[in-house]
Amino acid sequence: MNAFVADEALTPAGPQASGEAEVLLRVDNVSLAFGGVKAITDISFDILKGEIRAIIGPNGAGKTSMLNVINGFYHPQEGTITWRGKVRRKMKPYEAASQGIARTFQNVALFKGMTTLDNIMSGRSLKMHRNFFWQVLWRGPAEREEIEHRKKVEEIIDFLEIQAIRKTPVGRLPYGLQKRVELGRALAMEPELLLLDEPMAGMNLEEKEDMSRFIIDVNQEFGTTIALIEHDMGVVMDLSDRVVVLDYGKKIADGPPEEVQASQAVIDAYLGVSH
Amino acid sequence: MFYREAGQFKTSYKADQALFPILQDRIGMAVILIIAFVVIPAFANDFFLTSIMIPFLVFALAAIGLNILTGYCGQLSLGTGAFMGVGAYAAYKLTSIFPDANVIVMVLVSGVFSAAIGAVFGLPSLRIKGLYLAVTTLAAQFFLEWCFIRIPWLYNYNASGAIEVPRREMFGFIVTGAEALPITRYFVVLCITAGIAYLMANVLRGRIGRSWMMIRDMDIAAELMGVRPLRTKLMAFAVSSYICGVAGAMMVFFWLNAAEPSSYSIRLSFQILFMVILGGLGSLGGAFMGAAFIWILPVLLKFVPGLLGIDIAAETVEHATFMIVGALIIFFLIAEPHGFARLWQIAKQKLRVWPFPY
Amino acid sequence: MLYDIFIDPFVQMYDMPDFFLQVLWEGFVAGILYALIALGFVLIFKASGVFNFAQGIMVVFAALTLVGFHENGVPAYMALVLTVFVMGILAYGVERIVMRPLVNQPEIILLMATIGLTYFLVGFGEFVFGGEPKQMITEELGLPTGSTAFEIGERGLIILQHIDIAAAVIAVIMVTALGIFFNKTRIGRALRAVADDHQAALSVGISLNQIWAIVWFAAGLVALATGIMWGARSDVSFALEIVAFKALPVLILGGFTSIPGAIVGGLIIGFGEKIGELYWGGLVGGGVESWLAYIIALVFLLFRPQGLFGERIIERI
Repeated sequence: MNAFVADEALTPAGPQASGEAEVLLRVDNVSLAFGGVKAITDISFDILKGEIRAIIGPNGAGKTSMLNVINGFYHPQEGTITWRGKVRRKMKPYEAASQGIARTFQNVALFKGMTTLDNIMSGRSLKMHRNFFWQVLWRGPAEREEIEHRKKVEEIIDFLEIQAIRKTPVGRLPYGLQKRVELGRALAMEPELLLLDEPMAGMNLEEKEDMSRFIIDVNQEFGTTIALIEHDMGVVMDLSDRVVVLDYGKKIADGPPEEVQASQAVIDAYLGVSH
Repeated sequence: MFYREAGQFKTSYKADQALFPILQDRIGMAVILIIAFVVIPAFANDFFLTSIMIPFLVFALAAIGLNILTGYCGQLSLGTGAFMGVGAYAAYKLTSIFPDANVIVMVLVSGVFSAAIGAVFGLPSLRIKGLYLAVTTLAAQFFLEWCFIRIPWLYNYNASGAIEVPRREMFGFIVTGAEALPITRYFVVLCITAGIAYLMANVLRGRIGRSWMMIRDMDIAAELMGVRPLRTKLMAFAVSSYICGVAGAMMVFFWLNAAEPSSYSIRLSFQILFMVILGGLGSLGGAFMGAAFIWILPVLLKFVPGLLGIDIAAETVEHATFMIVGALIIFFLIAEPHGFARLWQIAKQKLRVWPFPY
Repeated sequence: MLYDIFIDPFVQMYDMPDFFLQVLWEGFVAGILYALIALGFVLIFKASGVFNFAQGIMVVFAALTLVGFHENGVPAYMALVLTVFVMGILAYGVERIVMRPLVNQPEIILLMATIGLTYFLVGFGEFVFGGEPKQMITEELGLPTGSTAFEIGERGLIILQHIDIAAAVIAVIMVTALGIFFNKTRIGRALRAVADDHQAALSVGISLNQIWAIVWFAAGLVALATGIMWGARSDVSFALEIVAFKALPVLILGGFTSIPGAIVGGLIIGFGEKIGELYWGGLVGGGVESWLAYIIALVFLLFRPQGLFGERIIERI
């Protein structure tokens, strides 16, 4: 089951083939600068519903900044973001979350003092509504709500095969498992769009295989649209339907993996060019 | 060996999410409650109740309040003393405006005022973090202390500038005022503290408690998960200040009988902070352990020289107490930065595997 | 009412320029002393990321030690040398007993440890020297006393205490010396490295222990100077401990790691407090000095969370 490498059958059939899939999110001419430093310059691309979209590029290309723009953590100085056909106004990150955008982080950003279970439960925050007074009483509605969501969370725990570490504080887990818990936390939000920032950084081959399998399963079973940043080209080429390549904050290529792989601009960016 | 959950299977999530899922913990809690409600009232003398148990419970409640803000929500506060003061003055004003109302209700209502003021001083927490936030709470501390001195309306224009607790009865018992029996006061304080501790345990295991811990552990990630930072932090400030306010009101109504602004000075803030840190940030049980350590240890230290037959001036004992408490704080921070609560966990782990080391 | 708040104080300032100048001078002197206390905080914060709450009590402790030696018949200058020595022992002890076992602990734990240290030093100081206020040995140390009056205009008069002038001069000398020390010497460079990243500094062979002992010693010297100056203006007593909290707003204004920031912040707080108290304090019953500094810092923070000299923080994830 974990033989994703070079296994064409597992790679989901990309919706781009049909050419009429719904555009979930579109980024138009976005620029972002910190003081005088330009992180992103005039980038446009779109993410179709149901696809796995990869964003790649050398270090410092502006990939993470791009994700931060998408989920409302940074506000671009120029350009627009269109979410499900509507141009998005300037918004707070929690608003992006409530619209169905979840993400994981490059450097694991779990809640270190909490257990695996609580971390994944925290992904349900937006879906739980009992107010303070019910919570104080606990018995009754608050408890019922908690148990109902616990069931969902247990499904995710089963899916990710992390039953054994349910009650372990995440600070004590090895890195690979922490990444997995983080994915679980994002899944608990039942997102429309899942942003993965280097989901396989620092993993060994086996862990990468597991993670790839989870990503494909999430995409196929739950139909979640995924945008991921990754440095491992093998993984990117196998997983993704379409790839955006950034370099120095500019888009230099966009298209299916094979096309991008062959592009001269991409080869130059990665290998350097002699002038 | 002595403490193990092996063989205790849970068949529902409800059982798994109980406050004390393990049988031994439930027994332990029951024993503590029996001691608190039956054994101590039956055997303790007035001195023990007035000088040790009542202040211990009051401080434990205040420590729970601060623990919610600092330990669970990660917002450092140095203004606890002042928020307790707001509760005390509010309760005092309420009892003088409504002399016939039930005094315990008034004490519980007084927390609402300190919750409101706490939330106001919590507003900057949206933009300010860590030590910078400490300045906000220091501002609250010094400003409120100044209010207690400069606004005579707060203490009913007393010449002394202090608030004195009037005599109030309830069901035929004198509850407050100088004539109230220590045992009556003890029961009132015990019920309020235990009750609030239980309710807080409920909040902390649910969605709201989790959202506080999310803010504490990683505020940016919390926001990206849909937690609204301002609302969540303000709620922590309000709940924390409410509890501190009630503790402050209890402090004057059921323990001291009278209080002046200096009772709620920055020293009190630090005392409560010590209890929280030594007990363990983010642990309700720790709040009790910390309060016991910081309050009861100095009281005991005062008696040690007497027991040993050494005659030392009272001042010297006080200085020595300062030194010992300071040294012990450093010692415990080095030995276990996560406080008594963690030590207790380690002890439980040892009991679980005893007689084997691992 | 509005007149009292917005117009009257300025009219007074214009009408009585001598009084206004006197207030400014008072603010300046208070500011210098706040800045000195803040300087001690900055030194330790820079090198170890520890917010040293014990700085206030170190000021008291240094001053008490100095006076204590003198009371026991040690000549003033000898007492000064001995006190420096004591501060050295204290620095070494703190590094060895408190700081070293707590390397890499979270900020709040280190903060708590210094509060524990404060308790210890309060108890120890009172135990050794007694709790009652003492007189600073200003004259014996050769510091100027007395005052000079300057005439302003026709009837105005401002009075400058010589000791205040000396305080200002000493503060300037100390800041310059520390600036040179940090920017031009090998130890200074090591110290800045430690401030940036403990582990990286360790990995290039910088001794954390040595650096920490040195900064605690430097902070001890600053505390001694502060203690002498403060003691010369009022008594040497434990009440100074509360004053030390004023260092926090000063640091907020100036930034926790900036030495010039501590000076500027101290002066802003000093001026703001005195002017606020004397021209506006009366409107609300006086005594606003106890909290005005914090409110100034708070208002300032809301507009500029990174302090005067801090760089804008870009949050990254």
